[in-house]
Amino acid sequence: MTPRYQKILFVVLFVASVTMTAVLVRLRERAHDRLLAGAMEAGTTAPAVAPLEQVTLMVADDATSTLAPETIALPLPEEPQARARAVLNRLLSQYSGAQSLHPLPTMAEPVESVFLMPVPQANGDARRAVATGDSGRAGAAGGAILSVPKNADRIAIVNLADQFAASHPSGLETETLTVLSICATLHANLPEVTEVRFLVGGQERATLHGHADLTQTYLTAASAAASGAQP
Amino acid sequence: MRNGWRRRTASGARAGVGIALLAAVFLGQSASAAVQADAEAAAKRFVVVLDAAHGGSDPGATLGAVGDEAETLEKNVTLSMSQRLRALLVARGFTVIETRESDVALDEDARATVVNQAQAQACIVLHASEAGSGVHLFVSSLPPMQPQAMVPWKTAQALRVESSLKLGNTLNSAFTSTGRDGESIEPIPVTLGRTTLPGIDSMICPAVAVEIAPLRDKEGKVVSEVTDADYQAHVLNALAAALLVWRSEAGEP
Repeated sequence: MTPRYQKILFVVLFVASVTMTAVLVRLRERAHDRLLAGAMEAGTTAPAVAPLEQVTLMVADDATSTLAPETIALPLPEEPQARARAVLNRLLSQYSGAQSLHPLPTMAEPVESVFLMPVPQANGDARRAVATGDSGRAGAAGGAILSVPKNADRIAIVNLADQFAASHPSGLETETLTVLSICATLHANLPEVTEVRFLVGGQERATLHGHADLTQTYLTAASAAASGAQP
Repeated sequence: MRNGWRRRTASGARAGVGIALLAAVFLGQSASAAVQADAEAAAKRFVVVLDAAHGGSDPGATLGAVGDEAETLEKNVTLSMSQRLRALLVARGFTVIETRESDVALDEDARATVVNQAQAQACIVLHASEAGSGVHLFVSSLPPMQPQAMVPWKTAQALRVESSLKLGNTLNSAFTSTGRDGESIEPIPVTLGRTTLPGIDSMICPAVAVEIAPLRDKEGKVVSEVTDADYQAHVLNALAAALLVWRSEAGEP
């Protein structure tokens, strides 16, 4: 027969352990949220002491299906990936204005992150060139490679927010202009970025919102030409 | 007497064989003429493929004013326009093939397969959108490629991209100068661009994506919705007129 005081002790200990588990889980969630919040704010909230820098935005116009350069002053962080993210978020936030020529829904952080990496050499270049149909670089049917990327060339992986893709207007022209605008703006401010790939919510996705192809690697110089970007 | 009968029988048999041979030659000539005529007819027919974008589980964009009765899905609008354009083109003597005739899902490779098997002289991919104004024409951004023994499936359009650009220009001209039976109406604003289009990039024929958007005034206010039947008819008539020009430029009557 178990003594009464042992039963009471067991119940008290059990309740205490359950309570501590719940508290620990909650503390872990709060710490995770704090980390995510810190990551979201990193790089986009420029320090007040950062000097203003000239930034060129390649702004899309639905009526003419072109990109036009627009120069603004923006405080930017030092780190290139954070700079790229800040510039793109500024570009996309501009589209939510009432007078926007390429209207998009308002969103605080449409670009979650940007990663800059060296362009893959040789095989990677052939794969990309074939994927984009750049037969001049890939050679006939992926044969001889006529141009090898320079060491300084970078590929930008742009990770768009799920909500941005979901709320983006659906259409061939509007989605294409958004993609080309991002590519051309990256190239205008970070000339070493020659290629761009897109993720949505950290995952590969076939299209932005049913139309613009996100499976391929975009060449930034070709993006400006394809959209009839004004010099 | 018996010999005479035998001679008559033999001569009759020879005559029968001669008639049979003549008939065979005549029938053979008729058959070869028919085959040749079929081949010529097949070569002469001007095939246009209409590709209604989306379908099935892929609804595309939501069109029309939100909450309005006219609100509908892009897949329905493109299918309806494809069927109406088919009627217009058949009446003008075209051979028309649709990639889908009902609300079914097709992937891009299946669409390109239909187009390539049809050996079409033109392919029109129909889209609809609430963004922008007028009609948006898109041609593949692939650079031109010389004919080769083996053509990569994903970049096959490179063989015909120059023809696609010409077709795009023909459509552009038709939209900017269109009018219904002499009726004086405003031309439809058109933008012509190039982009990567997975379906079109695999097609071995002149191919253009046509996206119809609402008509807007200078302030950006919608004048005609995409779902407006009159506006759609205006666009489809312009497309049919452009394809007539395209056929005549190709040397067909």
